[in-house]
Parts: sequence; C-alpha cells; structure tokens
Amino acid sequence: MSVILEMENICKQFPGVLANDCVCLSVKEGEVHALLGENGAGKSTLMNILCGLYKPTSGEIHLEGELVRFNSARDAMERGIGMVHQHFMLIPTMTVTENCLIGDKEGNAIKLDRKEAGQRLKELAERYGMEIDPDAIVGTLSVGEMQRVEIVKALFRGAKILILDEPTAVLTPQEARALFKMIRALTDNQFTVIFISHKLDEVKEISDRVTVLRQGSVVGTYDIDQCSVEELARLMVGREIRFDVIERRQAVGDTLLEVNNLSLHRQQSSEGKLLDDLSFEVREGEVLGIAGVDGNGQAELVECLTGILRASSGEALYQGNDLLKLSTRDIMSKDVSHIPQDRQKTGLVMPMTLVENFALQDYYKKDFGKGIFLDWIGVEDRSAKLIKDFSVKTPSTYELAQNLSGGNQQKVVAAREISREPKLLIAMHPTRGLDVGAVEYIHNQLIDQRDKGVGILLVSTEMEEIMRLSDRIIVLYEGRAMGCVRPSETTIEEMGLMMGGRKLDDIRKGRVKEAPVEENIM
Amino acid sequence: MKALITTKMKTQGKAGAQQILVSFSATVFALALGMLLIYAIGFDPFSASVAMVDGAFGSKNAFGETLVKMTPLIFTGMSYALASRCGLTNLGMEGQLYMGALTGTATGIYVSGLPAVLHLPLTILAGFLGGALWGLIAGALKVRFGASEIITTVMLNTIAISFIDYMVNGPMIEPPGINCQTQPVRSSAQLPNLLSGTRAHWGFVIAIAFVVLFWLFLWRSKRGYEVRVAGLNLSAARYSGIHTDKNILLVMFLAGGLAGLAGCNEILGIQIRMIPEISPGYGFDGIAVSLIGNNTPFGIVIGALLFGAFRAGGNRMQIRAKVPNAIVSVVQALVIFAVVASQMLLDKWNEYQMKKIHRQESEEA
Repeated sequence: MSVILEMENICKQFPGVLANDCVCLSVKEGEVHALLGENGAGKSTLMNILCGLYKPTSGEIHLEGELVRFNSARDAMERGIGMVHQHFMLIPTMTVTENCLIGDKEGNAIKLDRKEAGQRLKELAERYGMEIDPDAIVGTLSVGEMQRVEIVKALFRGAKILILDEPTAVLTPQEARALFKMIRALTDNQFTVIFISHKLDEVKEISDRVTVLRQGSVVGTYDIDQCSVEELARLMVGREIRFDVIERRQAVGDTLLEVNNLSLHRQQSSEGKLLDDLSFEVREGEVLGIAGVDGNGQAELVECLTGILRASSGEALYQGNDLLKLSTRDIMSKDVSHIPQDRQKTGLVMPMTLVENFALQDYYKKDFGKGIFLDWIGVEDRSAKLIKDFSVKTPSTYELAQNLSGGNQQKVVAAREISREPKLLIAMHPTRGLDVGAVEYIHNQLIDQRDKGVGILLVSTEMEEIMRLSDRIIVLYEGRAMGCVRPSETTIEEMGLMMGGRKLDDIRKGRVKEAPVEENIM
Repeated sequence: MKALITTKMKTQGKAGAQQILVSFSATVFALALGMLLIYAIGFDPFSASVAMVDGAFGSKNAFGETLVKMTPLIFTGMSYALASRCGLTNLGMEGQLYMGALTGTATGIYVSGLPAVLHLPLTILAGFLGGALWGLIAGALKVRFGASEIITTVMLNTIAISFIDYMVNGPMIEPPGINCQTQPVRSSAQLPNLLSGTRAHWGFVIAIAFVVLFWLFLWRSKRGYEVRVAGLNLSAARYSGIHTDKNILLVMFLAGGLAGLAGCNEILGIQIRMIPEISPGYGFDGIAVSLIGNNTPFGIVIGALLFGAFRAGGNRMQIRAKVPNAIVSVVQALVIFAVVASQMLLDKWNEYQMKKIHRQESEEA
C-alpha cells in the first residue's frame, strides 16, 4: 500500500490554545486509519484543516506526493477529500438527491437533472452495499440513514479519502455494525477512510492503523495488530497525571442523595438511551466524581437531577423527596446548589450587572425583599461581600458580567452557589477554560465545602481534576456506569479503558486471568 | 418603599450616559442628513427645519399638539419594549390599540349613571383589558402551540382592524346610521383638558404615570427581574427555575394592555367617539420609539417626543416650506437607522475595549 496522504508538522494556534502542535500524519491508500484521543486532543482540528475548513498556522499537506493548499472545503473536495461531520450537514426538507446536488458544479447549469443524478446515486450506493432511496425527504430518515446519505454525498462528489468524525456516536449498535460493513466495502475498493473516535473497542475492530493524539501532539502511529486495547487506553490518557490527592479532614457522613435506576430515553427513538439504569449515592462530606469523555450522558444526568430534564424512570432520593419529580425551583430551594457546565450560556446572564447576577438563584426569597419588590440595597451589600470574599476582580459591583474575564465569571457563579450554603452541590466542569490560578482557587473552594460536610457531585472531563478531588469516581460511557473506583485504587489505564467503554468488572476479571500478559504491557 | 426610590442602583451609570450621548449624536447626524436630502430635492432645508420646529414647539398650541401625538407613542413604545425585554417581538400594537379603543368606547357609551370619578377609571381599565386580552391571545398561542408571536400578532392586527370596521359600521353605529362612527362617549368618561387652548389632555399624565410603573415593574419587582432574565438568557432562566411560559402570558397581557391604553386614551381625550381609522400608525411607530429609546423608560419618552414632534411639525413644514410630508417619514427612517447602528457600534467598541483590558491583564499575569 502506498502513502496517499501526508500531513507534515501541522501547527494550529487558536487564541490562547495551541490545538495542534507539530502534528505529523501519514495515511496509506486503502486503509482505515483511526485517530484516537480524548476531548481537546486536537483530532477535529486536524481533520478540519485537512478538509479545508481551517488553515494551519504552519505545516504542509502532501496528497499523492504533491504539495496542496486548501483555501476552502471546495478545494479539498475537488482533490477528493470528503468529511462526514458529527452533526450532519443536510437540509431536512429536501430529498436525498437534492442534498447531494448542492454545490455540485458538473451537469447542466440551468436544469437540475434529478432523475439521472438519482440513478447514479442509487448505483453508487449499491456498489458499496448501501441502500438508499434517492427521492426520500431527508427529514423523514433515521439517523443511520442520514449518515449513509452523508457518505454517499461525499462519494458522489468524488471523495477518495473519507473522514468520519465520531460516526458511531449517534448510532445504535446494529447501525454501527452496518456502518463497519460499509467501511470495509469502501476500503476493498481502494477508498481510504480516516476514522475519528475515542471508543477503544471500535478502533481496535475497524482500523488498520491508529494515530494517537494527546493534548495537540501525536503520541505515535501504530499497527492495530500490535496494540492491545489496554495499551491504547494508556496511550490515549497518558501517564503524567498528578496524584496529589488532597488530605481529608473529616469522615464521610450519611447518605445524602441516593439515585436508583435512573434512565432517560432519547426523545426521538425510544430504543436509544441517554442515561441507562444509573444508581449511585452521594454522602455528606464526600466528593463523587463523574468522569468520562464529553457527551456520554453527563449533561443529561445533571439536568435530570436539577429538574431541567424529566427522567424517563428511576428515583433520586434526597431529604425524603424524589428530585426527579420536583421542579427546578423546588429542588434549588432545598439546599441544593448547581454550578452549571457553561457559565456564559447558563450560569450567568451576561448583559446583566454582577448585582443582578448574584440574585439569580434566590431573588424570590424573603431575604431578597419582602412582597413583590426586590431589595436591591440588600442585594448590593451581599454582592459586595461576595466579591470581596471570593476575590472577584471587577471594577465595580455594577459591572456587566460579560465584561469580566472567564476566571472571574466562574468565581461569581461559584460564589453565588456556595454562599447559598448548600447541603448538596452539583458542579459540572467547574474549571473548564480557566487558568491555573483560578483552577486552584475553585478547587480549594470545593474542598472547603466538602470539609464542611457538603456532598458534592463533581462532573468533569479533566482526569486530573477528577482524580485529585474525588473520593469515589464513576465513569460514564454512553449513559451507563462502567464502574465505581477510588482514585487511590485505580490506574490511569483502568480509567482509560472505562472511558473507552469497558466495564470495570470485565477489566479486573481479565487482569486476574491474563495477569502475566498485563505485566508485559505495563 | 423608601428602598425603592432611594436605592443607588445606578443602572450602569457611566454606560448609560455614554449611551445617551451616542444616541443623541446619531439623531443629530440623521437630522443633518435629512436636511441635506431636503436640499438635494430642491427645497430650502433651513426654512423647512424652522417650520418643523415651529410646528412642534413654536407656540402653546403647537406644543400641545406635540403632547397629543406623543401620548399614544409612549404607550405603544412601552408595549413593544416590555415584550422585547422578555425576548418577545410584539408587532400587534396596532391591533391591541384598536381593541383597547373599542372596549374603552363601549364602556364610555353604554355604562351610564356613574360619576366621572368612577366612570373614567372604569373606562380606562376597560381599554387596558381590551388590548391586554388581545395580546394574551398571541401569548397563549405561543405557549400552547409554539406559534411565533411575530406572525400571530400581525394576523391579529388585521382581524382587530376589520372587526372594528364592522362594529363601527354595524352594531355600534351612531343612530340613525348615516355616518360610520359611534356616538360620543359620555362626558363622565372623557379625559379633561390639560393645557387650556390646546388639545392636550390628561392622557399624557396617565402615560407618564405608566412609564414610572413600567420602570418599577421591570427594574424593581421580582416578576420584572424574571422577565428580564428570561429575555436575555432563556437557559439561565430555566436553570434558576423561572417559569418562562407564565411570564410570556403575563408579558403579552401587559404589553397588549399598554397598547390598548394608547387607543383608549386617544378616544377619551381626542376623538370622543370611535371611527374606523383612529390610528395613523401609532402602533408601528411604537417599534421605532422603543428602538430609539433602547427599551428604557427615559429613552421611550424621548423617542416619543421626537416622533410626536415629527408628526406635529410635519404638517407645518408641508404648508409653509412646501416640502412634502413624506420627507418626514424618510427622516424618521434615517433617525432609526442611525440610532440602531450607533448602538451596535457602541457595543462592538465596548467589547473591543474589554478584550484589550483582559489581554493586558493576562500579559501582566
């Protein structure tokens, strides 16, 4: 097999982030090449550069030995590079044929020859074992079928290298199997497939070679036959994680929150589940960490517990109430605080002043003004105190939230939620996008709360954060709990395997059986 | 109550002053552009401006006329602004104004035997409710079926105006039925004169009172706070447990009521009776008034003053300087463009300044 694509020393600098740091990627013709990495490892950035959506800060792309420069997705398309994005780029009200013809420059300039194009599409699809109806309205298709349309669309436009961005994330297991069959049919016909994923078993099953990315750099490229899933997990997550677990000063208390068999169905199709039979408990003075790759049900779990989403089944017992049946207002008034995942979209009202933002959770209470009016003087005093206590850097208490830096915005949210003196604190990505100093500060605040006996549910995709703060960790994968571990009793490899979809029990069973082999890998 | 008034809640003190300055400069700029336009089509811009100002402020009568035109604009401006603060677009002020005028007129004519001190407030309340219920229809359609209020309010306009046409030509026509108008409202329901020798009436005072209520509601009450949070960030509203549907219903009710008061006051203070076309587009001018005023109470009064003066002075300009009245509409449009564009530029500028500060901060750190 000859090398068809070579990306050399690709760097991509975003404001404040080096998304790709001298990445080299070499892809052979007719292979399935997997790109493996966690969130933010730089997989999507690299592929967006390849398909012409981003321009690299530096570096070169060689296609069939020839230096190429893409100024747009169309340039890349003309050179035979097609991408199937995670979120489909289809127009739901148009037919399959019409969708494939958008942007097509060949053919009659005046009249769309739908019939002829439809026929060609059908033949093309059948050749690779796919079935599509060219006249179907895209909006009526299932997710799996839409993905097929995206693939056929790329082939129709002459793609020879097909990039699939987390293609199985939206599919049922059956659909995923069908997709793999399609991929095989394509590579048998000299097509090349680049497969982006963080699911280890999948990568092991479908790809010929794998390139592992971590924090914007390439860890290495490996033949899949020479890698075990365990090894892949270790490569993906990396070794250099600090284990300075913070000393605890107080024993864990009684059970505070008990979640039993929590499930949430995907709204459109009842077969898919966003949360599948979750059970866990959070105790007083304990941090329960929820780890996992982004988008495996963490947001839904938090939204169910805070009354924003309605769970399909299960219960969440807290102070004798079932949180799943209460409204957000009722839950939050029962000593529950919530640091939401996105401070700008949810946690703060950006065009409002800090004083107004400090009132967001409790404005309706008597402390914030009797009767129908708000006591803004009282709120202002409260705000001034919180700004001081949490050392929020702001010109005044009446500054607009949008004018603060990210770290200070998060401090405002944290200050508001912690000052409510909760018994249960639900914190999601509490330090996302913050600099080291701010991270440290927020962590210390959370630890303080823990030591005061607050039960904390910490949802984070940052391994370091989870390992450092949690007493116990549950790893979520596709809405299911892969296992519950203590940070001191687990390994990075084990965590990586669970994040990639292996159950803890299976991992540990396997280890006992194949202990010697395991030793070799480590 | 003391806290309500004395609180030093400077709603972004410096930023507010900056905003006013920028809006004012934009208006001056647009007016200058308008004068250039008048010159370009062959008229004397100076005499046209003098005639305009004279017609709007030159005499007691002229000023009274400006107040008369201002009054409904304050109400419709508030109506649009209130909905806008909740993230809704109320384009139905015209229809709500007509419905308020109708219910006000009906109460003014058919309720008898009450002293003015009871009859007048009752009539005004009826006018409020007429518009409010009409606005509530659009709110309910949005909450129940997710129908866009932008579409439904426009459709409700047509229905309301046609309905009034029917009522004035049919059931409510003044006996014996020669002119298509209703009989006059009883004197106990008419709004007293404000400035003798002019048409200005107490409706203006009521409008100013409602501006104060508008401010109290949005910036001092808990419900108004909810409305503003939901209008700026729906996700944050849900996160805090705010019942957004209930707020949509309430806001459409209140916004409709404010537009209804515009129509009702126009009847009780000026027209005395209902005729098919009571509004020369007060409903739609409310959008412009609110835009110019940036949805703030003070801004709405200023915006209404500007547009009221245009309406009052436009006639004089036409008569004296022979400049067609349509030019006034063009100048109005220029003002809207200039003010809205300047506000956007101001936002961009502030954003740019902030970024610069943050960059410096992070470099220092």
